Amino acid sequence: MTAALDREQARYIAAQAADARINFEIETEGMTLNMGPQHPATHGTLRIVAKLDAEQVVSAEPIAGYMHRGYEKLSEVRTYPQVTTLINRIDWLGSFANEVPFILAAERLMDIEAPPRAQWIRTALFEMSRIANLVLFAGDTGLQLGGQTAAFYGFRDREHVLNQIEAVTGGRFHPNFDRIGGLKDDLPKGWIAETKTAMAKVRDFCDEIDDLVTGNEIFQARNRGIGVIPADVALSYGLSGANLRGSGVDWDLRRDAPCGLVHPELDWKVYTHPDGDCFSRWWIRIQEIREATRMVDQCLDGLPSGPIMAKVPRIIKVPAGEAYVETENPLGAMGYYVVSKGDLGPFRVKIRSASFNNVSVLSWVLRGVYVPDIVAILSSLYFILGDIDR
Amino acid sequence: MSADTETEAPEAADGEAEEAEPRDEAREELRDRFAAELGDAVVDSHIAVGHTLWVRVTAEAWATAALVARDHLNCRWFDFLSAIDWLPSPYGRYEDDGLTPPEPIDQTIVTGYAGGDTRFQVFGHLVDVVDHHDIVLKADVPDDTLTVPTWTGAFDGANWHEREAREMFGINFEGHPGLRNIYLPTGFEGHPLRKDFPLISRIVKPWPGIVDVEPMPAVEEPEDDGDAGSTEDAS
Amino acid sequence: MTSAVLAFEMAYWQQSVLRSVGVLAAVLLPAGTIVYLFLFKMMSFMQSRLGPNEAGPYGSLQLLAEVGKWIQKEDIFPAKADRKLFAMAPYIVVASVLLVYVAVPFGPDAWFARLDTGIFYVLAVSSISAIGVLIAGWASANKYSLIGGLRAAGQLIAYELPMVLAVVGVVVQAGSLDLFEIVRMQAEGEIFGLSWFGNPFILTQMVGFVIFMIATQAELTQPPFDMPVAESELVTGYMTEYSGIRFLLFFIAEFASAGAFGIIAATLFLGGYWLPGLDMHADYMNVVGPLVLLGKMLFVTFIIFWVRFTYPRFREDQLQKFAWTLLIPLALVNILATMVLKVAF
Repeated sequence: MTAALDREQARYIAAQAADARINFEIETEGMTLNMGPQHPATHGTLRIVAKLDAEQVVSAEPIAGYMHRGYEKLSEVRTYPQVTTLINRIDWLGSFANEVPFILAAERLMDIEAPPRAQWIRTALFEMSRIANLVLFAGDTGLQLGGQTAAFYGFRDREHVLNQIEAVTGGRFHPNFDRIGGLKDDLPKGWIAETKTAMAKVRDFCDEIDDLVTGNEIFQARNRGIGVIPADVALSYGLSGANLRGSGVDWDLRRDAPCGLVHPELDWKVYTHPDGDCFSRWWIRIQEIREATRMVDQCLDGLPSGPIMAKVPRIIKVPAGEAYVETENPLGAMGYYVVSKGDLGPFRVKIRSASFNNVSVLSWVLRGVYVPDIVAILSSLYFILGDIDR
Repeated sequence: MSADTETEAPEAADGEAEEAEPRDEAREELRDRFAAELGDAVVDSHIAVGHTLWVRVTAEAWATAALVARDHLNCRWFDFLSAIDWLPSPYGRYEDDGLTPPEPIDQTIVTGYAGGDTRFQVFGHLVDVVDHHDIVLKADVPDDTLTVPTWTGAFDGANWHEREAREMFGINFEGHPGLRNIYLPTGFEGHPLRKDFPLISRIVKPWPGIVDVEPMPAVEEPEDDGDAGSTEDAS
Repeated sequence: MTSAVLAFEMAYWQQSVLRSVGVLAAVLLPAGTIVYLFLFKMMSFMQSRLGPNEAGPYGSLQLLAEVGKWIQKEDIFPAKADRKLFAMAPYIVVASVLLVYVAVPFGPDAWFARLDTGIFYVLAVSSISAIGVLIAGWASANKYSLIGGLRAAGQLIAYELPMVLAVVGVVVQAGSLDLFEIVRMQAEGEIFGLSWFGNPFILTQMVGFVIFMIATQAELTQPPFDMPVAESELVTGYMTEYSGIRFLLFFIAEFASAGAFGIIAATLFLGGYWLPGLDMHADYMNVVGPLVLLGKMLFVTFIIFWVRFTYPRFREDQLQKFAWTLLIPLALVNILATMVLKVAF
């Protein structure tokens, strides 16, 4: 237990005791509210059991596992190229980004490197899946807080990005495009110009969302100072991505631990926010969409020519060893700990998914908030159920 | 929004990845600092140059190791904790098509980096978000008790990870506040990620990949490494 | 209570039938228009969608299809629900809306009942719906419904007050509680010596109008005041357990009361059934008046729905704070200013 946590807890317990003294007089009784597994705010099958005192949450316990698909076990009986089919389904809003760390881990074990052109296209697609994911976040947060219109704008403008991803990979949701040693195909003709148009549209979307949602007084009242996670708690729970940077921790794997992608060669910024509340997480994500569009533009401008596939044997056998590769995915840090025994398939794959850590903080952060804040906090922590229940 | 801060991305990666000779002084220094604090509890270590540092500690020192990494190496960001079962699966790769008798499977345990003496190992990854170094800690889980100390004293996030490791591998974490199932239904028997836990779906219905694959036509493979035939003869 | 519905004589029962049909038409037609025009079409265009476009020309028969669908659905009672109250609740809510229309003047002779204390009656019966909502929330035996019902009750109480206080300003200026008199004062009044467009009270009671519209938004539980239904959080609150015809009744009540409050706002602030250039006492106003009022109602509901599609929702405590610390003091200041100016001029 860290110091801030103790302080928080002490304050909380004191407040509870004060409440209890009042409640002793008027004889109130707590109520257990079961949110989920089928509830609109959990967008998936997460369940939250909240003990309420009137509308205030006394304790809350997130319960996961309604959609566990056992990818770690299934990976052990598949070959390396087959595993990407599974892991596509972990974070289904930004699928391509799931494949990248696994492929990089396998490449590190085989000691091969993708040719430069493949790395640049990979980075572009990686950032495009971030946009596809976070644009929907922007819309969904609006919807959760009652502004339906934002959700439709999100779906509308996500389409531009999905169309471009589909044009390259052939799949809108589950591209399965990354290969050990490179990529499946090169870019189609005319794609670069179209993608730049799409990126401009996404930037317009960010401005529109800033007008519609970010600057809205009600939105700010619902988010500022709500669900505050101090930096030491965020580190201790292993939050990542915008949730960690929203607590003021300047840590972005793309900049601080680059591996196999070309982020160090691009011109971009890492945004942090000192507040640690729901609004800071929202604000950082919106800035990240903008940065991602800039990164995609730069990737397309600086695209080197050359092959897109390194020389790899037709039947991939990965030498024995262990590798852990972690990248900054849309939802946060996502890593694969791959153990190989020189076989056709991995011996063990530990999938470190961002939402699993991000959601585990819920029982800490939900104590003492009001029921409507649960929705604001859930949507600002931003999880995908497939990313919790791998 | 005056309070919002932003930081420039560095122009190039830090120099440690550019070393030509296969030594990683930064990680060796890190390992030595860790070993100096923990003393005899460090059993073994391994460095993948430019990438990762593995340190194996004794099971008794497992919780202390986390505290040392947190307080002395400043690795305050908890990444993950998990376990591994080093026993080769008695079922192979579930590619038995029922026509040819399965080959006998070698059941000897071969452990990975930084060695190991037991069937189960726990491992965790901790990161210093200020100086950007990280460490993978490993520990053998005693075969008789299957118990290691908990990390929840050092990192709150370890709570869920240890619950997951407990239900998937049956490893007990001493001192954990509530080792309930997180994914599996209450009362589930068995520990699915153990290698001797059968993957029922593959037993009920054989992997369709093995019956569909026809032998490849005889094409000259320039990069053939000897035994690259069809995928059926794996494991 | 005089009652002269039409110029020619009718038997009492004929008048009763006509009035019943009239109220139903007055409730259902605006409600249907609002749903089609705003909920289906305007909302879709604002959200870059097309909206319903298959049933009938431009999807105009979609509403009938929806009603048909709801009528066919099973009327489900939760196992632990209080069956009598559960069945009764939607009717209470609908009845409160129907009763509002009774006192509204649609023309010089086109009204259902002329009450001397018309506006008092309207505000009184419109808040009956809170009882229906509370009953629905309690009888559903569902925690979300209960929270929704309690929130609705708290919210309706909190926003009834600024609404009444905003209306007091109009009443002071008109010098009457009779809705017909309020319309007449607007038609025959003058402002700064200009009399050709009368004196619609929106000009002098601007603050009152804004407060009334905000309170209306809250009374209707529309965003940004839709905490009681909050579909992303309480799964539509007190309506969660309702299905089929009873849900349809709630749905009708929601949009009919939007129309009802639109009509009240138009009558109080926008000159009612009268338009500049028309003689408000002439016979033809019995036909033109309702159309004028419908037009004004659509304008007011357009504002209501525009806000609804734009804003996210308040939290319950923020919503209460907004009413008690801002709206009510502002409304009191408005009344004070109105009274001072009334005496001064």
